[in-house]
Amino acid sequence: MVASSFNWIADLGETVHDALVSLGAFTVFVGRLWYWLLVSVPRWDTLMPNLYQVGVRSLPVVALTGTFIGMVLSVQSYAQFRQLGLETRLGAVINLSLVRELGPVLAATMLAGRVGSAMAAELGTMRVTEQIDALSVMGVNPIKYLVVPRFLACFFMIPILTIMADFMGVCGGFFYSVIVLGIDKFHYLENSAVFVTGFDLISGIAKSVFFGGAIALVSCYQGFNSEGGAEGVGKAATSSFVYSFVGILILDLFLGIAIQNLQSFLYPGGTKLL
Amino acid sequence: MIDMVNTAEQPLIRVEKLTIRFGHQTVLKNIDLAVPDGQTLALIGESGCGKSVLIKTLVGLLEPVKGKVEFDGHDMHKLNEKELAGLRQRFGFVFQNAALFDSMTVGQNVAFPLEQLGDFSPSEVREQVLERLHEVGLPKNVVTKSPAELSGGMRKRVAVARALIVNPEVLLYDEPTTGLDPVMSDVINELIIRTRRRTPVTSIVVTHDMHTVRRVADRVVMLSPYARLAGGQPQILFDGTPEQLDQTTDRRVRQFVNGEAGERLLELAGDTSN
Repeated sequence: MVASSFNWIADLGETVHDALVSLGAFTVFVGRLWYWLLVSVPRWDTLMPNLYQVGVRSLPVVALTGTFIGMVLSVQSYAQFRQLGLETRLGAVINLSLVRELGPVLAATMLAGRVGSAMAAELGTMRVTEQIDALSVMGVNPIKYLVVPRFLACFFMIPILTIMADFMGVCGGFFYSVIVLGIDKFHYLENSAVFVTGFDLISGIAKSVFFGGAIALVSCYQGFNSEGGAEGVGKAATSSFVYSFVGILILDLFLGIAIQNLQSFLYPGGTKLL
Repeated sequence: MIDMVNTAEQPLIRVEKLTIRFGHQTVLKNIDLAVPDGQTLALIGESGCGKSVLIKTLVGLLEPVKGKVEFDGHDMHKLNEKELAGLRQRFGFVFQNAALFDSMTVGQNVAFPLEQLGDFSPSEVREQVLERLHEVGLPKNVVTKSPAELSGGMRKRVAVARALIVNPEVLLYDEPTTGLDPVMSDVINELIIRTRRRTPVTSIVVTHDMHTVRRVADRVVMLSPYARLAGGQPQILFDGTPEQLDQTTDRRVRQFVNGEAGERLLELAGDTSN
């Protein structure tokens, strides 16, 4: 009776232990990836398919969602801004939201859903069907051969996807605000040009690089360590998206604060957040 | 009682006091085994007795908690990553489910180990791929097929061709005939025998198939599941020639060889009567 009432302590201890073991394993995985990134250059024939899969194949879906997000922002903001007689400021609000926040996060979310889950499932299948073991036995390091090209593909392609999401969002917002709602084109563009700076654009793209790296690391780790057949592969694909998405949001918060502080430092007079 | 076979003074592979554990579960304990150059050893035993774990430990895919594995005088688990990769190129491994790379054609699969060595021109690689496929009895037109288009027997033969292409000194077969019809099983057995005739290769064949054992093996080692042993009993139940299998007095070995459930039927009775 007494023993069973203290079972929760054992359960808690086991949970903490498992979490620490997983964290340690993930750290070792990241360390090995960095080692291979530094000591070898991936072969073009392994990198190219990943660049194509991550970049080119993701462009349509990122462009489509970017366009609609731009239009939805216009729909949601128009009524309030019109009441204040500030509808021409919609350009500034829509475009600033897109380049600083929605473009990078949207591109990263699409990448986590479309590419991250696929990576986890592919590597997970390779793990449970012993294909990763087969690579090792042939003297090929699986981190170098499988993970490095995927990491580099996400790292290099996500800025391009972010630029596409930004561009299509800006176009979508412009189309709905100017063509559908009839806001004055000159003032819409003028306000956008005044309020959206190059720093905003660059900071959004810079954030996306961190998101891309995180998605690749989480997805490859989940796939690489999947076990238990088809069920394990399914779990790896699902958890890769969940952990990537949570990671994107956490990174977004801290990168947002860091970028805001950097902006205050470079252009004094702004607000410092921490 | 353990029947011993005299091994050469300088075995190519030496396993000493090997213990493997997964979490709290001991799979292998204090295993001693010496495999001389050129021998074909069949490793038999019930499912879950650790046969596959043992051959994966031989190539460094699994880490022992105790004991060591020596190949040609090198302790496999004390080598750095580069040295281990170099040594692994002296092995060929035929996995249970072939472990062919899904993303590649048959030709690319067989060529892969050779391409990783980087010492051959594309035409030399192509020539060797066709030669190896011919050796395992597969036609030229199979090179452009994907592994998913092949039958189980063809996949196994491709896996053998892939293992043979680097002219390994040691060939490890993990249940090469499991899941194949009797005719195809015999084709694979014949392939193992011919490979040995053609090249002075040392082979370890993990199998449940007594027909395979009698056809291909010079020596048979039978393992018992560790959990079924009473304290202090050795895990190796039999170590002898295939002919000695029929003379052994060990009940567990006779049961396995003759395919008799014996006292294991009690497990069924206990299960169903309740």
